Amino acid sequence: MSETLNKETETVDDEGKRDFIFLATGAAAAAGAASLVWPFVAQMGKAADTLAAGSIEINLSNVPEGQQLKTLWRGKPVFVRHRTPAEIAEAESVDVSALPDPQTDDERLVPNSSGKVNPKYLVMVGVCTHFGCVPVGEAGDFDGWYCPCHGSHYDTSGRIRKGPAPTNMAIPPYEFISDNVIKVG
Amino acid sequence: MSGHPSTYEPKYAATKWMDQRLPIIRMGADFMTFPSPRNLNYWWTFGGILALCLVSQIITGIILAMHYVPHIDHAFDSVQRIKRDVPYGWLLQPMHAVGASMFFLAVYVHMLRGLYYGSYKAPRELLWIIGCLIYLIMMATGFLGYTLPWGQMSFWGATVITGFFGAVPVVGESLQQWLLGGYAVDNATLNRFFALHYLLPFVIAALVGLHVWALHHAGQNNPIGITPKTKQDTLAFHPFYTVKDGFAVCVFLLIFAFFVFYQPDALGHADNYIRADAMKTPPHIVPEWYFLPFYAILRAVPDKLAGILLMVGAIAVLFVLPWLDTSKVRSMRFRPVARRFFYVFLVMCFILGWCGAETPDNIAFPFGTNDAGEKVGLSFYRLSQIATIYYFAFFLIILPVLGLTERPKDRPESITKAVLGGHKGAAAPAE
Repeated sequence: MSETLNKETETVDDEGKRDFIFLATGAAAAAGAASLVWPFVAQMGKAADTLAAGSIEINLSNVPEGQQLKTLWRGKPVFVRHRTPAEIAEAESVDVSALPDPQTDDERLVPNSSGKVNPKYLVMVGVCTHFGCVPVGEAGDFDGWYCPCHGSHYDTSGRIRKGPAPTNMAIPPYEFISDNVIKVG
Repeated sequence: MSGHPSTYEPKYAATKWMDQRLPIIRMGADFMTFPSPRNLNYWWTFGGILALCLVSQIITGIILAMHYVPHIDHAFDSVQRIKRDVPYGWLLQPMHAVGASMFFLAVYVHMLRGLYYGSYKAPRELLWIIGCLIYLIMMATGFLGYTLPWGQMSFWGATVITGFFGAVPVVGESLQQWLLGGYAVDNATLNRFFALHYLLPFVIAALVGLHVWALHHAGQNNPIGITPKTKQDTLAFHPFYTVKDGFAVCVFLLIFAFFVFYQPDALGHADNYIRADAMKTPPHIVPEWYFLPFYAILRAVPDKLAGILLMVGAIAVLFVLPWLDTSKVRSMRFRPVARRFFYVFLVMCFILGWCGAETPDNIAFPFGTNDAGEKVGLSFYRLSQIATIYYFAFFLIILPVLGLTERPKDRPESITKAVLGGHKGAAAPAE
């Protein structure tokens, strides 16, 4: 019985059809396996609760002049610096074109509801753009921040001036919800 | 597993029964009778030492996992609890933590031995590459494990290292956050690091299996680098090398025990006794000692991406070493020029380690003081640049060129001649 079957299959002229079925089956299996890979990869990403814990409110009037507030936002420190007139003057007097990451001081501030910026308050993510350490305030060659890890110097506007960090310290997304209160995130 | 004809003959009914069904006893017996070159010196004992390290790390690690809590609120305390409250935790935790250092110490000796005696040359290229892969996974495992106690160095080390991935152009930030499972190093990060730290040692164990298989297929290299030609050139692995390895293991364990019992924290960092704080970076972040040379290479250039590429390159270059060294002579015993460059390489590795532990702007070798009274001289930053250049030049220029230009010394005809030739008339048996 099996012999006759084998003989029959040997003589059937359907190689093109078999190749097609073989390839189609293989492709379906490969596509199925590949689609299953995605959940295994995506599970490593940010979970819904991590994404949800997104925004905080900060009252700027709590920060006295010449002081800095440090608070945690999305697992990272946020700096709110109430800058002195000298610091503001220093930040504004810099020749922007000579900076590694050119940005004017005003570009690093967010306007309030009336469309004006308040240069007194500098809000930024207090994380060095090199490898994520927290820079130390009122330090470094430019009177701003200094990162103790690999020696990056930031100025009074949080701009990178010297050292291995590639960019200025990041400005988080924030808006003024009143004259003195901002919402970060 | 072994590439020599089996001489095992089962004596008993039970072993005969076994041999026909699953010849696992035969495999063990063949392992023990494996013909090894008769001139292996003590540098060859580190393979066995490393096997012991792996087993020790896995056993102590599984025990620690029974007491450790992988949660940011409990991890730090649970490790302290293991050290203070868990019965014999004071012994088992340092065995694991010090064990990691001892593991790296042994692997560096093992790798440098391979480098000096040309153990990566044909037909052992794959053996070497598997070894490099094991080393790479060891580094990953060591890093992941260091995060688990959740001290300040754990946290900031993890932040800096995962920051490397953020330097990848375009997708860097997404990739980094995918690895972390959040915007910064947090509980999700700690959980997955624990899971992977548990997994990777078993991957290493599997690779060690391949490493030993490749070793037994190609045969061991030896101090003169000449392939054994006759039976006279070899000795059975047991008892000759089991005893030699055993002695070396005892000496190694003495050093191990010294650290475990008397200096359990000497190889770590005091800041890791401070609970992780996302708001405060320690004034001076340093990795564990076994990563210091690579850390120095990372910091040797003022550019983030270039620094990472150099550091990755420093390890990647090891994988292609078999094709960079053009010399046909394996052992540097017969390569007087290469040997000198090797010793300089060794010094440069130590210098890199020293630079990695210091602040880059500090002065390593002061030449005097300037007008302000500050020391001037060669900074660690410049020193690390010099050593980094030598590190890469050794592999990419010196070894390829020397192989073509160096005139090696005459080599003995065989291992037996080399062993007996120098000891004529000596009553004591040759080494």
